[in-house]
Amino acid sequence: MNKLPLIVKREYLAKVRNKTFVVMTFLSPFLMVGMVVLVAFLTKVNDSDQKTIGILNESKYFLNDFHSTESVSYVDFKDIGLQEAKDSVAGMGFYGLLYIPKESGLESVADHSFFFTNDSPSSSILDRLERVFQDRLRMGKLQQLGISSKEFEEMDQPFEIRTANFDGQRNLKGINEIKALIGGGFGYLIMMFIIIYGGFVMRSVIEEKTSRIIEVIISSVKPFQLMMGKIIGTSLAGITQFVIWIVSGILLLAVSIYVFDIDLGVGAGPSLASGDVSNMMATPTHDTMQLYAAELLKIPWGTLVGFFIVYFILGYLIYSSIYSAIGAAVDNETDTQQFIFPIIMPLMLAIYVGFFSVFNNPNGPIAVAFSLFPLTSPIVMMMRLSGGIGGSGVPAWQLIASILILIGTFIAIVWLAAKIYRVGILTYGKKPTYKEMLKWLRY
Amino acid sequence: MDNILVAKEVSKHYGRHTALNKISLEIPENSIYGLLGPNGAGKTTLIRIINQITHPDSGEVLLAGQPLHPKHISMIGYLPEERGLYKSMKVGEQVLYLAQLKGLSKNDAKQRLKFWFDRLEIGDWWNRKVQELSKGMAQKIQFIVTVLHEPKLLIFDEPFSGFDPINANIIKDEILQLKQNGTSIIFSTHRMESVEELCEYIALIHKSEKILDGRLSDIKKAYKNNVYKVGLESGQGEMILRGLSNKFQIISSHYSKAERQLDFTIQLPSGDTRNILTQLAAKGNINNFVETIPSASDIFIQTVQGKNKV
Repeated sequence: MNKLPLIVKREYLAKVRNKTFVVMTFLSPFLMVGMVVLVAFLTKVNDSDQKTIGILNESKYFLNDFHSTESVSYVDFKDIGLQEAKDSVAGMGFYGLLYIPKESGLESVADHSFFFTNDSPSSSILDRLERVFQDRLRMGKLQQLGISSKEFEEMDQPFEIRTANFDGQRNLKGINEIKALIGGGFGYLIMMFIIIYGGFVMRSVIEEKTSRIIEVIISSVKPFQLMMGKIIGTSLAGITQFVIWIVSGILLLAVSIYVFDIDLGVGAGPSLASGDVSNMMATPTHDTMQLYAAELLKIPWGTLVGFFIVYFILGYLIYSSIYSAIGAAVDNETDTQQFIFPIIMPLMLAIYVGFFSVFNNPNGPIAVAFSLFPLTSPIVMMMRLSGGIGGSGVPAWQLIASILILIGTFIAIVWLAAKIYRVGILTYGKKPTYKEMLKWLRY
Repeated sequence: MDNILVAKEVSKHYGRHTALNKISLEIPENSIYGLLGPNGAGKTTLIRIINQITHPDSGEVLLAGQPLHPKHISMIGYLPEERGLYKSMKVGEQVLYLAQLKGLSKNDAKQRLKFWFDRLEIGDWWNRKVQELSKGMAQKIQFIVTVLHEPKLLIFDEPFSGFDPINANIIKDEILQLKQNGTSIIFSTHRMESVEELCEYIALIHKSEKILDGRLSDIKKAYKNNVYKVGLESGQGEMILRGLSNKFQIISSHYSKAERQLDFTIQLPSGDTRNILTQLAAKGNINNFVETIPSASDIFIQTVQGKNKV
């Protein structure tokens, strides 16, 4: 009789009945949605806090340069002294006072201008003010060179190079990044799953060791069966948890958006519009938006999800076998630290390399190398795969090679891990070292 | 008689360390067999090989005449020295799981568990979590798990460690009952005195080697050296002792004139006791006259020392 299903069932039930696990499963969506709501709420509150700045302009410059916005409004003082202006700013509870003195020449005026505040001024406000001065100074310089202000405005036109692929279809700037971000999401999911549930596998192995039940069990089943049953059972519990998280998270988010009337764009909107990022997608016209949408729909979702499952299973199996070998080698969880770091490192590396290298150049040598290397390929390849297979996407041979390497590694790692596991679970009271584990491989 | 288990020149090495060196054993069917030796002698390694937890580097083990095969797992019940249970699992669920791992169907397991739970009077533990049980209670559960699938061969590694005397006796009786029903039993322990009275056969393991094995009574016969303990009621102890020490070797003696009691240990040249008994009987009342039979651990020490001399 095959005992694997029995073990899987026990491991699964042991996990999903665990109180902490149950609490985390049902609490996490609330926490996550709560965070989103909180951030959105705070952003809203923050934005509604409009700062008022008094301007005492004694010069003939900058007369029409300060325009009130949602977050800052300007109040002009006229025909009063600096001290009076300061007093009234303080009296009316304004954020600060911008003093532009009467000097000869634009540069001199700018040089002698002051911004008074009670606390140290926020950098975003200063940026805003400085930009006005900078623009005006630049314009002044150019006017000296004989360029009219109209010409100056034209000069400042944003420019975007138009791109197309060789078929003449219009390419969109930034679409690679967006695609990689989606692939990155899948990769990130794999990493999180490995770290969380790999750790569960490891702790469950340690528990069997410390409770001394292990020898009873492996006198009935093969250690390898027990190890695989544990890995599969834990991952099924993990998938259950993830599904609950995703479904209830989406539901909760929908409900709270409806209840709290949150505009999710609030958070992203202003920061994008004022930051440098905006240059990337400066005021996308309706036309380009549609193109982006079409492009996103063109992402090979089927392929992506299909390969996600393949990479997810293989990557998870590789890592969780390593985790279970570690669990078998140690006597308690504190001893695991030295072994955990080398596992997490390739995962982190994959994420960083993914976000830096794959974003810039999905088919560059670094991206290719890391999407072939088995310990990073599940994550990095997922990021690349959002561009599709063949054509401008991942060449088919790389995909096949990556999966074959992954399968080969999987077999090798599981074999090695099972050997360490077999010896480790029966070894008590020894602080394991890498050297010791190498020796176990030969037993 | 057939042998339930035969080991032929079994060796096992861990790196440079030799855990077992060409050990050969024959364990007769329906016997109680003691595997005796100090900690680290290799007993547990041998047991793990029998349980197919590890595999020998060389040599062969036959169970009921066949080389070990995964199907034999359900014929063996093994209570390891390092034994435990899943702490957060309920008792009933846990024993069902462990029984199913041994190949029992769920229904069979349930029926047999009911029998055992009633027998050991622990029926109301079914829904309790293991972490709520005392150590002695957990040991009973472990015992049930070991014997539930009615194995032909039972192996107990340090069986009575951790048991309180009452539970130890209950378990001892159950084991004897199982033997009556035809089960073969292996006891492995370094506390030789704890199982000596139960064993019909023993093997002494020392530093990875078997130094002695056979029927316990035969071994004792071979190792007895005609030493007798004698108690005699007499007012002339000193004189009697002097007379005896001319002909025999007196190993130790104690004489209390006030109580008119002489106790001594004597080494006789042969197993013939009639002669000396007549002599002694003429001198006073004999309280006791007992041959000192060496214990397993005496034999062990003697054998080890003998080996070391060679």
